[in-house]
Amino acid sequence: MAKKRRISMVGSVIFTVLSVIYILPIFVVLFNSFKKKAYINLEPFTLPTEKTFVGLDNYLAAIKQYGLLDAVGWTVFITVGSVLVILLCTSMCAWYITRVQGAVSKGIYLLCVFSMVVPFQMVMFTLALVSDRLRLNTPWGIIIVYLGFGAGLAVFMFCGFVKSIPLEIEEAALIDGCSPLRTFFRVVLPIMQPTYISVGILETMWIWNDFLLPYLVLDTNKYKTVSIVIQYMKGSFGRVDMGAIMAALIMAVIPVVVFYLSCQKYIIKGVAAGAVKG
Amino acid sequence: MQKSIRRYFPVFVLPTLLAFTIGFIIPFGMGLWLSFCEFTTVTDAKFVGFKNYIRAFQDTVFLHSFWYTALFAVVSLVFINLLAFLLALALTQKMRGTNIFRTVFFMPNLIGGIVLGYIWQLIFNGILAPYGKALNLNEWYGFVGLVILVAWQQVGYMMIIYIAGLQSIPGDLHEAASIDGANGLEKLFKITLPMMMPSITICTFLSITNGFKLFDQNLSLTAGEPSKMSEMMALNIYQTFFGRTGWEGVGQAKAVLFFILVVGIGLIQLRITRSKEVQQ
Repeated sequence: MAKKRRISMVGSVIFTVLSVIYILPIFVVLFNSFKKKAYINLEPFTLPTEKTFVGLDNYLAAIKQYGLLDAVGWTVFITVGSVLVILLCTSMCAWYITRVQGAVSKGIYLLCVFSMVVPFQMVMFTLALVSDRLRLNTPWGIIIVYLGFGAGLAVFMFCGFVKSIPLEIEEAALIDGCSPLRTFFRVVLPIMQPTYISVGILETMWIWNDFLLPYLVLDTNKYKTVSIVIQYMKGSFGRVDMGAIMAALIMAVIPVVVFYLSCQKYIIKGVAAGAVKG
Repeated sequence: MQKSIRRYFPVFVLPTLLAFTIGFIIPFGMGLWLSFCEFTTVTDAKFVGFKNYIRAFQDTVFLHSFWYTALFAVVSLVFINLLAFLLALALTQKMRGTNIFRTVFFMPNLIGGIVLGYIWQLIFNGILAPYGKALNLNEWYGFVGLVILVAWQQVGYMMIIYIAGLQSIPGDLHEAASIDGANGLEKLFKITLPMMMPSITICTFLSITNGFKLFDQNLSLTAGEPSKMSEMMALNIYQTFFGRTGWEGVGQAKAVLFFILVVGIGLIQLRITRSKEVQQ
């Protein structure tokens, strides 16, 4: 017994060390975001010293010169807006096509499943073209694009759940004189809460981190997301401002970490649920 | 019941269906059609048959990107799944703090590809610089870098799926094996692994398709340097579309080939691992 306990202690120590090493890359970036930009490439693995410490200068540069704060705002707007629209529209759609049998329902379902396996490169050129024609190149318009391109996974996951809801509950509501809309919002929606959380988390992580879709669809002269700003900082010709990049990386990671730590139980469950989509 | 709901088609289905048509059906259909056309903007599209596909196969950079991607997908698949499986085994033992360790290992999964690429670029270049080397000087530095990067990103995710699989194995199976005199390794290979096949199916499917579809990380870590040698398929397609005028049709043809390849590999992989699953 004592031997077993000692082994588990050793295991805990080893894994504590491993865990620290595992998240070290994030801390390296954090240290560097407080260093003078000239020193970042020269000595990336040292803590800021009195000579190299610049306080919040890099953050201010990223905000002033590259509009990082606006980008964070637009990314939040696009993510929250798209996720809410996706959750509402696709859950209603999934309920309808599961409850009303027929060729149309079946066709929509199969197309949604099909769209999950299509890589983005297949549609990126034409999608950019179509959304430009339809003037969807604004943060408001891109919500529609996200609804369209994200519908597959969401409809699929909602359908899976609706199938497990016993029909009698809804029938009772309908017989009592509820309209289908009232039935959906008063009866079905509350039952589906766990699926809303799972789908919401999956779509949030996808849209917050997405780069190529907004890069191609948005009018990037006016609106940028955080990923786009970072890519611009690095890709623009001339000198690369390493300090501003470090600050931007931290600004992109912090919301994710906070979000993760505050609802990690749901996130791990939701992500594992999404894995079954294969 | 169906009748009363059916009248509400415009409210329930139409918004999603319209957006889905704009966001997926039209672009997909147009993409298929345009892969047989020569064009710069869609209005001047001219049907040219299989010419784009032939040009795609003659593009040596594209062929190189295919082999590079395939090798990457296989190497990262093995590396990620081995690590994730070992971690899952270790973190389901009786040990203090397993929940915290799981939380830590999962975290990088939530960071976006572009951000990941630049984080690791800083680190790899910091390690290589004292030796007078850099990531963008050798395609194999980029290769190893990408494998480490995606492992860092995805090991925690696969670990969660493996842990769920491990926890669903009934305990009496191991007990029975112990009574029959099986040792630890025998139990691992004769009980744990066969019972874990559903999780292994999911994880290998995800890691091989992710490997083929990798884009953001490739763009930010190496951007194809040196001279397109570390360019993977998705990035190659992107560069064909937006980097070379007159090649839009070829880019679309490559995209169609890429789509068929990803679906095909996914299906083959599912068939192989599914056939090894056992009924409980």
